[in-house]
Amino acid sequence: MQGINITITVLIASIVCGYLTAFIAGFCRLSNNIILRKLTGLYVEVFRGTSLIVQLFWLYYALPILFGFDLGSDFWAGVLAISLNYGAYMSEIVRGSILSVAKGQTEAATALNMSSFQRMRLVIFPQAVRMMLPEFGNYLIQMLKATSLVSLIGMTDILYYGDILRSSNLSQAPTVYLLVLIFYFILALPLIFLTRKMEGISKKGVASG
Amino acid sequence: MNGNWNWDTFFDALPMVLEGIGITIGLTFACYLFALIFGFLWIFLRRIPVKSLNWIITWIMEFIRSTPPLVQLFFIFYAWPMVPVIGMALDPFTSAVLGLGIHFSTYIGEVYRSGIEGVDKGQWEASTALNFSIRQKWTKIILPQAIPPAIPMLGNYLIIMFKEVPLASTIGVVGILHMANSYGAQHWAYLEPLTIVAILFLILSYPSAILINKLEKKMNRRFDKKAIVKNSKGAVM
Repeated sequence: MQGINITITVLIASIVCGYLTAFIAGFCRLSNNIILRKLTGLYVEVFRGTSLIVQLFWLYYALPILFGFDLGSDFWAGVLAISLNYGAYMSEIVRGSILSVAKGQTEAATALNMSSFQRMRLVIFPQAVRMMLPEFGNYLIQMLKATSLVSLIGMTDILYYGDILRSSNLSQAPTVYLLVLIFYFILALPLIFLTRKMEGISKKGVASG
Repeated sequence: MNGNWNWDTFFDALPMVLEGIGITIGLTFACYLFALIFGFLWIFLRRIPVKSLNWIITWIMEFIRSTPPLVQLFFIFYAWPMVPVIGMALDPFTSAVLGLGIHFSTYIGEVYRSGIEGVDKGQWEASTALNFSIRQKWTKIILPQAIPPAIPMLGNYLIIMFKEVPLASTIGVVGILHMANSYGAQHWAYLEPLTIVAILFLILSYPSAILINKLEKKMNRRFDKKAIVKNSKGAVM
């Protein structure tokens, strides 16, 4: 199955972009600037309110018509859709964890004469990250599952090759799809263990920021 | 917006896309019902006190949960008819109900499980002490206490499933996404119909998300005040 490269590339790109989006959006929603806050709020609601597959099609088919520019390739449409979608979900986690760090921590940091940037970087953030870890692990698996959608916009991932194999020999369909499922499961296994480990870390309380 | 947006196309596509909404909503509820019932099955399978069986079922659940629903749909729709002996051809709608239903039943099983584990241990012991049969224990004591706290989570899953249902358009269920795509193919205009679909999803899922939020707050208040739940029998069944 040659498609495995594409699946992994899309997955990694989506994870990086998704986390980046999540942190940016999460911090924007906590900013003091009301316009920034409302705009990010709108972004999060829109992307959480519609389904990923619709966003994917919209970015792939509709966006180039609307604004007259292409995203370059189906690769970027896929990565963008997945990372914007899951970025929206995860930004809520970022926001929630930062808000749930005890208020006394902020006050103590202020009392120690830290700037607001230092406060966030040295005191609040390291504590918040620990709370984010288990949820972030779950979303890793979600994103892996989401990468299967990119075959619908013509990317040659595992599922795409599976489809081709199936149409070349119809009676092989069960084996082919079972293989595809197992491939995804093998990809997911390290993520599952990673998630469990992250949960352990966040419970033990030895996470480093 | 620039000149590529065409309101005529928008209003031309609107009725056609709307035609699919009944199927989309119907499919959502069918899948949801299936998942609710199947979720119970997982719970009882996992409670079988045989260790090896328990292990196998846990990993089956993990397998279903961590592989893409899209592939599972394809498996049920394309591959199931080819499986010897037990295989049979299913129409797209049934395949979608089965595929998405089974996928989400593993999640819903977890929700049930957390609800059941949340029931105080003393309740089990008390019902045993009162000489309740196993059936009575579940229907009269445990489930009425386990399900209501889980209702907001279950509601969340309804919304999540609603957003996954368009996957079924890939195997030919004529929901709103399928309608939008076929309009796009006919008129070579994808922008407007796909935008309609996005707007429809937003209109339908946003208010329900707010509703669930309110429900959750209400529930939290209720359970903070008193842990005992009255009149909750049959709230989900």
